[in-house]
Amino acid sequence: MKKFILVLLAAAGVVLTAAVAAKDVSLLNVSYDPTRELYRQINTAFAAQWKAQHSDTVTIQMSHGGSGKQARSVVDGLSADVVTLALAYDIDAIADHGLLAKDWQTKLPNNATPYTSTIVFLVRKGNPKGIKDWADLVRPGVQVVTPNPKSSGGARWNFLAAWGYALKQPGGSDATAKAYVSELFKHVPVLDTGARGATNTFVQRGIGDVLIAWENEALLAQRQLGNNAFEIVVPSVTIVAEPPVAVVDSNVDKHGTRAVAQAYVEFLYSPQGQDIAAKNFYRPRASDVAARYASQFPVVHTFTLAELFGDWRKAQAKFFNDGAVFDQLGVGS
Amino acid sequence: MTVPLRSRPVAWPRRVLHAVLIALALVFLLLFLVMPLATVFVEAFRQGVAPYLDSIRQPEALSAIKLTLLVAVLAVPLNVLFGIAAAWAMTRFQFRGKALLGALIDLPFSVSPVVSGLVYVLLFGAQGWFGPWLDSHGIKIIFAVPALVLATIFVTLPFVARELIPLMQAQGSEEEEAARVLGASAWQMFFRVTLPNIRWALLYGVLLCNARAMGEFGAVSVVSGHIRGLTTTMPLEVEMRYNEYEYVGAFAVASLLALLALVTLAVKSLLEWRYGDEIAAHAPGGH
Amino acid sequence: MSKRVLPGFGISLGVALAYLGLIVLLPLAALAWKATGIGFEGLIRLLSAPRTLAALRLSVGGAVVAALINVVIGLLVGWVLVRYRFPGRRLFDALVDLPFALPTAVAGIALTTLYAPNGWLGQWLEPLGIKVAYTPLGVFVAMVFVGFPFVVRTLQPVLSSLELDVEEAAESLGAQRWQTFFRVILPMLAPTLLTGFALALARAVGEYGSVIFIAGNIPMHSEIAPLLIVQKLEQFDYAGAAALGVAMLSISFVLLVLVAFLQRWSHRWQERAT
Repeated sequence: MKKFILVLLAAAGVVLTAAVAAKDVSLLNVSYDPTRELYRQINTAFAAQWKAQHSDTVTIQMSHGGSGKQARSVVDGLSADVVTLALAYDIDAIADHGLLAKDWQTKLPNNATPYTSTIVFLVRKGNPKGIKDWADLVRPGVQVVTPNPKSSGGARWNFLAAWGYALKQPGGSDATAKAYVSELFKHVPVLDTGARGATNTFVQRGIGDVLIAWENEALLAQRQLGNNAFEIVVPSVTIVAEPPVAVVDSNVDKHGTRAVAQAYVEFLYSPQGQDIAAKNFYRPRASDVAARYASQFPVVHTFTLAELFGDWRKAQAKFFNDGAVFDQLGVGS
Repeated sequence: MTVPLRSRPVAWPRRVLHAVLIALALVFLLLFLVMPLATVFVEAFRQGVAPYLDSIRQPEALSAIKLTLLVAVLAVPLNVLFGIAAAWAMTRFQFRGKALLGALIDLPFSVSPVVSGLVYVLLFGAQGWFGPWLDSHGIKIIFAVPALVLATIFVTLPFVARELIPLMQAQGSEEEEAARVLGASAWQMFFRVTLPNIRWALLYGVLLCNARAMGEFGAVSVVSGHIRGLTTTMPLEVEMRYNEYEYVGAFAVASLLALLALVTLAVKSLLEWRYGDEIAAHAPGGH
Repeated sequence: MSKRVLPGFGISLGVALAYLGLIVLLPLAALAWKATGIGFEGLIRLLSAPRTLAALRLSVGGAVVAALINVVIGLLVGWVLVRYRFPGRRLFDALVDLPFALPTAVAGIALTTLYAPNGWLGQWLEPLGIKVAYTPLGVFVAMVFVGFPFVVRTLQPVLSSLELDVEEAAESLGAQRWQTFFRVILPMLAPTLLTGFALALARAVGEYGSVIFIAGNIPMHSEIAPLLIVQKLEQFDYAGAAALGVAMLSISFVLLVLVAFLQRWSHRWQERAT
């Protein structure tokens, strides 16, 4: 019986691997939730370029999910050639298991982040609660929707943006920041597990007055779902959200796909790649492309993770690990 | 509006009671089952028939449908074999630890879907017990079809056994014993006596097992890897589309699953109606 | 029951045990092994954390309440479907299995759509001050939904095989209808109801897909235990996640064994009574 099952499994496995190998060149890009529209366009453009240059057909398979879950899958054997996740901490975790070099973030320009975003507010049409800045979120009667930073990588940027705002106020300190963020989470009626869930709660269910969201998500939601039912409010100061990309060394070496994988991530920095990113509401790094899309991206006063929190490992340990700051806030109790 | 099961003169207070009970049950069924079902279809057809058809004709949807069917075709027969064996042992013999065995059969019900996916990652994942060995032999289990099948088997394991055990318990073993005494071989006894006696319960078990196998989300989500067009089953496709704000597309695929469920349930009812007398004859206590 | 006449004890028990071993026990052993990674102290710290306790209370307590509700409603629905004839009976009978068949994620989304303040049902409940979506009540609703078919389906075959003559005899002896029900029918149904209860309970304890959308997920308030597991995994804390998984499993296994013994006891009690 045992043998039979093993044989069956082996057979199924062989069939599947054969099916994958039959393609000309195949890349697996393991990404987080909100990048589907972006990479659908990137993949088409890159495949066309690769075909023109090398006359090879490259097929890019996509896997999308919560950033942390995706990183875990790669650690557990999902054979990603390229990872494009929401925060460096998740790629660090993959590096910790030896699948790519620990200094992966130095291998590509701009901290291996070809495009950025920022954290903004989505409010209902006419901004009935008069939300202008972070301070307005903790006014009595205001309900805020944001996902749980413990289960959503994207939401950790939201959290850090709020924390950074409080820190940057006159007399701001860790203590005042903690007081502010603690108060903020008292205004949260639903803590969705992921960013897209939170958007659905806010938009479809009509819960809450403000959605704290990535700018690209807010713009997309406005376009896809809005019918002008929502407005974007840019707070006085916010964080630069940096979703990084990396080639997974040990997997590309196993698949023999290093060249195409490297070309793929570099394509993201090319004028064409930057333009597609901007079209999908991510802020491009290239200044000429940014200039073309200036009307889409209002000027914001931002701080970076590095300025206020060092790096992701430190931020994770300080705020989001079990027993760390977020757990001390007493959310819900 | 009610006709009692057996034609006996029925006093009016009892008719009122019947009506009240029926009304209560129907209100509950309407609120709890019909409305969620209706929601699925209403949302799926919110923008009309054409967008609905477009969204289920996409290649991702088609490959998800194929994969879902493949997984069910592999998982259900294995669980049928197990269910028959387990029910036979449990209902025809006395042995120590029987209650424990019964609880073990039910165990997969109580394992959180999150955990039932996780356990296979712990076994077959790159960091798991057999991960390195499998990897060096080029065998892919996790994030591929085999893991989807395993997780589905795990989640749907109790269904057939659970359907058979109470029935076989109630039927008792007199007929089988008689067959044996009259000289039937073990297989003759099984195919001529046991199988005909249990076939309707078996069919229910298969239908439920199948429905659940096709609809399983949590466990499959953990082991799938979510590679679109390759390891994405229908429920995963629903979630993906929902997360892409493609509500019509999400509910369209969901409506297929609901439809599939309705069809299997209709088949079941049809068989019941067509072979009703036969079923009654074999129902426990119906001799 | 005679044991020697019937064949296949060895092979049937062997197949059942081998299958259970491979599909259920081996993977769960891996889980338990992983859970030891946090050590005894870690386990105590994990299980005594107020947040863990609150989540377990919601998951286990909610499942018990939901299963009890399901026993009552399941008895009602099962009874009506078996005993009475009315238009549309077959349709409703077929619908009972819907929660099995509807993918849990779809059920979660559909239930949330219905019970959200702007949903078909939510808009009527909201003015009455009843909030279902995003509260513990929503968790109950989802748990009742997923567990509902178990009671009805275990009950139906037994109900239809209940010998009417016993009831008729009781009535001809002058028993009131309700007396017949509580003194004769209910005791006969007790083991089956227990099975249904156990299955509905077991199903609801670990439920994730359909609960997560409607739960609100606020720590200490509407956060279910499986969500804590997911959060542990999100921090790459496999050991903590596995430990929590084992804890949940142990709780439901103890509950299941308890029910199994109750059942045996009620069977014996029944046999002695007849």
